[in-house]
Parts: sequence; C-alpha cells; structure tokens
Amino acid sequence: MSRPFRITLLLPLVALLCALAWAGFTPIHVASREKLFEIPRGTYARRMAGDKVEILPAKIRLTLGIEDILLLRNLDEVPQVFGPTIMMPGQSFRLPFERAASYQFVCSAHASGQMTIEVEDEPVMPWERIRWRVREWREKKAG
Amino acid sequence: MPAPSLALTGTDGKPLGLERFHGKVVMLAFGFSNCGEVCPITLATLAGARKKLGAAAGDVQVVYVTVDPERDDAAQMRKFLGSFDPTFIGGVGTRPQIDSAQKSYGISSSKIVHADGSYSIGHSSSIYLIDRTGRLAAVMPYGHPVDDFVHDLKILLRG
Repeated sequence: MSRPFRITLLLPLVALLCALAWAGFTPIHVASREKLFEIPRGTYARRMAGDKVEILPAKIRLTLGIEDILLLRNLDEVPQVFGPTIMMPGQSFRLPFERAASYQFVCSAHASGQMTIEVEDEPVMPWERIRWRVREWREKKAG
Repeated sequence: MPAPSLALTGTDGKPLGLERFHGKVVMLAFGFSNCGEVCPITLATLAGARKKLGAAAGDVQVVYVTVDPERDDAAQMRKFLGSFDPTFIGGVGTRPQIDSAQKSYGISSSKIVHADGSYSIGHSSSIYLIDRTGRLAAVMPYGHPVDDFVHDLKILLRG
C-alpha cells in the first residue's frame, strides 16, 4: 500500500475518532433548559373540524440537567388544557421535571387528548452522550 | 384567573352565569344526556364527591353544560342530571350559545354518526374547579376517583 493511499484512508478514521471523542467526553451544554412547544393558532378549529392530524408530537423527550423544563405556549385563540391547568390564549405553561420517568398528561391540543413526556437521566457516560447528540441532531434534521 | 363567563339557560329555568354561584365552589363540565360512557361516570363521580363531603356539599355546585343542544333541552338535561344528583344544574342554549361556551373553555367536540343514522359526540372531558370567588382554580382530567375530588374540594372550601 502506497503512503498517500494510507494517509487517505487514515485521515477520515482519525477525524471520526476525534469527533467521537469530542461527542463522548465533552459535557453537553444547551442555550436553555426549556424545551419549547407552541400550540399554533387554529388548533381548536382543526379539532372541531374533526382533523386528526397531530400538531404536537405525541411523545416529548426531556433530559435531566440539560433540557428538563417543558415550556408550552398557547398561540391559539382558544384555551387549551394541559394536565391540571388551562392555558388561555397567549399564555405559557412552564413545567420543570426532577425525576426520570414517563409522565402522561391530558392535552387538548392532541387528537388523542393525551401527551407523554419521557424524562431521561442526564447522559454522563461517553456512549450516552454520543447517543444523545446523535438523537438530537437527527431530531433537528427531521424538523 | 377568572373563570370564563357563561351566558346560557339553567335547567332550573334561570339564566346560567357563573356569577350566580359566587360564594360556592363550582365543578363545571361539559357533556350530553345521550352519552353512554364518559358523562355517566363523570356525573356519578361528582355526585359521589358531594355525598362524601356531607354538610359541606351545600357549598359545592355542579354545572353540566350540554354539547348537544339539538337533543338536550332543559327538560331532558334536568331528567338526566337528576338521576345522579337533584342539585346538579345543567346548561342549555342555542347552538351558537353552546359553541361560545365551549370555545371559552377550549372544549372540543365532534359528532360521530353511526350506521343506523344515530349519533354520539366525542368531547373534551376535563372538569373545571372554580373557587368561591369565581376564579378558575384547577382542571381535573377525566378518570380521577371520588377521593381526589373530595381532597381538592376541601382545600377550595377552606379557601
């Protein structure tokens, strides 16, 4: 194997290892611990028209220590119920989580009337951080 | 937060606005008399909570607003609600009045037409707890047992 050919092969491998090392060993920092979801204008009208399309994800994932505060904002012109509270038009509801678990809430913005919040422990091991970062990247890419 | 107002007619024949019940704790919910599942369970639960409160139940008013004004007139709702608790007051009105009340509380509903032409209505089923001063204190999702209501009502009655 010629020397330039070996370098061509090694460089991507080294770059991949560097990227994995960064993703695994660098602590995760995000701009805000709040994960925002907005209930868009017209949600109630769509529900009343029998529209079953999900406007918000049926399952929301939060991570303790990183993004562990759910922030819901009602941009609809009609109140929306989330769990034990009612959000008037323009109001927001902020719900911090302190324990990893699966939580079920009534949510009037969902066609099913239910929303699940999956709260995970903070990723501390390198492979957990890599998995978290990859998942975040894929979610952002998917929009 | 003040509970959104209602402009309906009560099954007792009087205008139904929440200001009528200031001084009492109100449990407000929406449903319809032909409902075979959610509404009877909700109403039985609310009746059970009042019963468990004993004498304090006199300070708790259940208001149940129809989402089916085409079939639910005052007499029909009175008969339906009376089978659970004669003190329950139903809210009836024209379609625009009911639509407005539903919208005020974010209550969605949709008609489900069956093969034989009859219909039922899928609707939001949370129960709104309104304190003695007319402020919206809490929303209780469908499915909570009697004791959960009794617990919250005792707190609201003390306040």
